Amino acid sequence: MSMLRIFDVAGSAVSAQSQRLNVVASNLANADTVAGPDGSAYKARQVVFQTVMLGRRQGADDPASAGVTVSTVTESQAPGRRVHDPRHPSADAEGYVTYSNVSPVEEMVNMISASRSYQNNIEVMNTARSLLLKTLQVGQ
Amino acid sequence: MIRQLTASLEFHGQSLLLRAERQRLIASNIANADTPGYKARDFNFADALRTATGSAGPGEGIAAGVMSPGGRLRPDLRHALASQVHLDSNTVDMDRERASFADNAVKYESTLRFINGSVRTVLDAMKSPGQP
Repeated sequence: MSMLRIFDVAGSAVSAQSQRLNVVASNLANADTVAGPDGSAYKARQVVFQTVMLGRRQGADDPASAGVTVSTVTESQAPGRRVHDPRHPSADAEGYVTYSNVSPVEEMVNMISASRSYQNNIEVMNTARSLLLKTLQVGQ
Repeated sequence: MIRQLTASLEFHGQSLLLRAERQRLIASNIANADTPGYKARDFNFADALRTATGSAGPGEGIAAGVMSPGGRLRPDLRHALASQVHLDSNTVDMDRERASFADNAVKYESTLRFINGSVRTVLDAMKSPGQP
């Protein structure tokens, strides 16, 4: 039943995409975070996807079941947004406040992309499920 | 005698296995749509079926009796070319993969119907004349 592997493949993709959505949510939530006393504000995070082989056939990786996993979460090293506001409690000696380096526009685009990929994989699972159920009814 | 009855069933069985294999392959491509460096793969269904059954079509192979039951299906995979190149060298073309997935699902289901038809025919042939 090679079709059953589709659930592993699409399931790994759904889980990776939901982790990506989680990271986008943290980035958006921290879009207006200011730097603490140590001077470093929140850094935008990004997930890095990697292919993971789920099946083996005749001793070698089966290229037909290639799942996805999140290998690392990287932090953007771009400088934070600096705003001149001397009356802000977190302002530094020059009167600048450092905000996080999250770009809300990029995060929204990333969110839409992640949610579309999530939907695609759910649809793959639904199709595989209905095909398998029909296969079970063969000869009846 | 029974071999002749189930010959077309074997052909459709091989075809169904290949369809399931292709469905899994396309699911992998869709799953890796955002993975950097992933190369989309696919296989030529007609060629793979010809190799699996050793025939050009359902009629010929069965007449020649060259079908090998239980033969391993190993379609040779090719890399699909993307119509638009991504900066992360991922070659999954989502529109094409979605279309192939839907197309393969419909064809899987039609193969299932052929199998159901053959099974019904065989069962009918095995019934004694008096039986309803």
